[in-house]
Amino acid sequence: MARRPEAVVILGRAVRTPRGAAGLVIAGCVILAAAIGPAVAPYSATQFVTSPFARASRAAWLGGDVLGRDVLTRTLDGGWELLAMAAVATALGVIVGAVLGVMAAYYGGWWDSLIMRSVDVILAFPQLVFALLLVSILGPKIWLIVLAVAISHAPQVARVARAAALDISERDFVKAMQILGIPGRRIIRRDVLPNLTSVLMVEIGLRLTYSMLIIAGLSFLGFGLQPPTASWGLMINENRVGMIANPWGVLMPAILIALFTIGVNTFTDSVARASLGVGGRATEPDPVLELAVEGTAQ
Amino acid sequence: MTAPSEDIPVTELPADPGTPRLAVEDLRIVMAPSRRRPEADVVDEVSFTVQPGHVLGLVGESGSGKTTVALALLGLVKRGLAIGGGKVLIDGQDILSLSEHELQKVRGKTVAYVPQDPGSALNPVLKVGTQLREVFAIHGGDADRLTQVMAEAGLKDPGPILASYPHQLSGGQQQRVALAMAFACRPRLIVLDEPTTGLDVTTQRRVLDTVRGLCRTYQVAAVYISHDLAVVAEIADHVAVMYSGRLIEIGAAAELFGSPAHPYTRGLMRAIPSLEMSHQLLGMAGSPPRPGNRPVGCSFQPRCEFAIAECELREPPAVIVSDTGHAARCVRATEVAALSGTALLARERTAPPAEEAVLTISGVSVSYTNKPVLREISLDVGARKAVAIVGTSGSGKTTLARCVVGLHKDWTGTITFGGKELKPGVRGRTQDQLRKIQFVAQNPYGSLNPRQTIGQIIGHPLSHFTKLSARERDRRIGDALTSVALRESFATRYPDELSGGERQRVALARALVVDPELLVCDEITSALDVSVQAAIVELLLRLQAERGLALLFITHNLPLVRSIADDVTVISAGEICERGPVTQVLTAPSHAYTRQLLADVPAFGVDQSDTG
Repeated sequence: MARRPEAVVILGRAVRTPRGAAGLVIAGCVILAAAIGPAVAPYSATQFVTSPFARASRAAWLGGDVLGRDVLTRTLDGGWELLAMAAVATALGVIVGAVLGVMAAYYGGWWDSLIMRSVDVILAFPQLVFALLLVSILGPKIWLIVLAVAISHAPQVARVARAAALDISERDFVKAMQILGIPGRRIIRRDVLPNLTSVLMVEIGLRLTYSMLIIAGLSFLGFGLQPPTASWGLMINENRVGMIANPWGVLMPAILIALFTIGVNTFTDSVARASLGVGGRATEPDPVLELAVEGTAQ
Repeated sequence: MTAPSEDIPVTELPADPGTPRLAVEDLRIVMAPSRRRPEADVVDEVSFTVQPGHVLGLVGESGSGKTTVALALLGLVKRGLAIGGGKVLIDGQDILSLSEHELQKVRGKTVAYVPQDPGSALNPVLKVGTQLREVFAIHGGDADRLTQVMAEAGLKDPGPILASYPHQLSGGQQQRVALAMAFACRPRLIVLDEPTTGLDVTTQRRVLDTVRGLCRTYQVAAVYISHDLAVVAEIADHVAVMYSGRLIEIGAAAELFGSPAHPYTRGLMRAIPSLEMSHQLLGMAGSPPRPGNRPVGCSFQPRCEFAIAECELREPPAVIVSDTGHAARCVRATEVAALSGTALLARERTAPPAEEAVLTISGVSVSYTNKPVLREISLDVGARKAVAIVGTSGSGKTTLARCVVGLHKDWTGTITFGGKELKPGVRGRTQDQLRKIQFVAQNPYGSLNPRQTIGQIIGHPLSHFTKLSARERDRRIGDALTSVALRESFATRYPDELSGGERQRVALARALVVDPELLVCDEITSALDVSVQAAIVELLLRLQAERGLALLFITHNLPLVRSIADDVTVISAGEICERGPVTQVLTAPSHAYTRQLLADVPAFGVDQSDTG
């Protein structure tokens, strides 16, 4: 019987833990709000509903923003682009980083030096500064922001992937394939990458929260979606002058960003725990310990 | 070694000769029950005693529970386990009833432990001297005895060693430091967990002598855990054999090894290769039951060639077979013990006629950063011949194997295969050369990709070298599995569902599926239990004969060479000491190094060659 893919097994296990379930529910609520928000919002995001920084009322449940638009509507409307950008940037960054890291580890020598020294150069910039640098030169274009965030992730992912792949590349099952003269590309795809599944899953979770924070941060600084479009980062910036009159304009986007980050991090943590001992061991089994672990894993 | 004149705490105890230093009574260690399964015993009904100055060898294969028992002697249990009952009495004091705080005082002072890997037991960032002084400081010993303790452990010139960090010492020196640490406070009981497993035979021999000397001198009782029966035969006065969490046989070493009374012990003896004669290694079918999954009656009964109906009814009680206390838990113990010898079947290795060499290694040298690893190695492997390369760890034997298969490419000299010169790395070699030279690695736990099915693993070389239809490919995979005595249904399993022996069979199948002419085997049995080793070796020899394979067999195990090889090359420090037919080199060695190696191989000291 073929086994279910390892990623599925790990996710399944993670979801069944209280920690994983909680994380998934929290992050899921935020994603749901952002995804269906535009459809259920009571007004248009650019419609003037009330007076600037009006307190919560029956017409505007969370009051008005700096220009008198509905805070609830703008909150519901301002998340999906942010989340989509974060997801794409994360996917790009992890894929590129993993490929570079594994290549550096597997081929070693010249490749390793070239890739890892380039990585060191990029790592010298703080992630946000690096993204700012690109965006301030080329202008606040969405594709550029996504690309900038992806590029700022890739080196960090490459480091982690390289460390994990170094160990795998020295295993005897990789040597066994090398002796046959099988090309490196195929060995990487078939023997090395599948053994990094759990490492990369954790990395995806971590990078997703970072992407979210950087993109929201750029948006707060004005490099992102431009007014009058609603965006959580931008909303915090716009509405902070009126925080005393109507705090919801700042609080709602901030709470949603925080909840998303906490939820994803919690879930990632449970994924990391669930991935222990999944997908076969490469070390000698200890039947007693194994039974003991089986007993505690449930 | 001389007994020091000063007073030693241990000898103050007026232990009368009848009182054992260590008495284990009905020890039971259990796995806590959970929702999924009821309580299961990992170890049960274990009782034995050790007199002062005596060494008890506790032997068993992996999973038998020997390490669990050893830890219990220190008042420790592995995570998930608990003491289910019984007593561990050291001079009458039950250490299982002590609190954690009291236990801490006992450990090191009353009971000491020597681990398997001293390298990981010593703190790498502290000098050896600092760590030893700490032991004295904690247990209030006299630190002036430091040099004396070191000398007793066989470290004659302690100064430089005390000033070294652990990584600067050799494996043998590290183990001696661990011994010095263990004997520092004159414990009453010392537990040694496979302390010589990572050492070569010469160092092992010296460490064993030291341990025995120290135990005698200070009247320390020792429990020596090992999977290696020959090592235990060398050091132990009494031997206890464990199987599936039970003590199945106990007795004086010479008696137990001379006439084993339990079929399992007898089976183990027949699986061990002998240095004196080439005999058929008989493996045991099946594998031990897992805790919580034991059959009704005798645990060994499903694998036992002596099993009768009564064995399935109840667990057999201990049957005393001699008046010296030799006992076995087998209803037919008396019968089994009465069988003379262990009935080894001599193997006639008819050396194949001298054919042209398949593989010729001439003048191969390797160096890492100017340090020579191999110097001018030359040897031939004839067609259909089995050539063994023997050497201790660090001798360069594995490097040589890696040069032959193309994993190591920075060597000078020439290697020719089938009349054509081999390029150093895999890349320069032709598809045909790559196919005809196959390699089996040492550790079956690392050589199979855990994410692939057995069918995929065996299929990779096949699809790389041949263009077969899917059906034909599956057929070849099935044939390969059958040829290594596995069922075809294994193709859909994953490596973690297999035992070590089964994994090594899969690794063999992967090498054989493309019909190689030369098989390079790097210590392929050293990670396996002896009964599994026996089965693998017999399989390898059968396949070699059937397929006319040439075999390059790398090992440190000299008795195994006797059973498997036609020719042998002895390597030491990267140079060839001696080469020739096995019968000549192992019987009448001409080089001093070979003679030393042969002398240091642990042996049973009982005549096994009786045919019964």
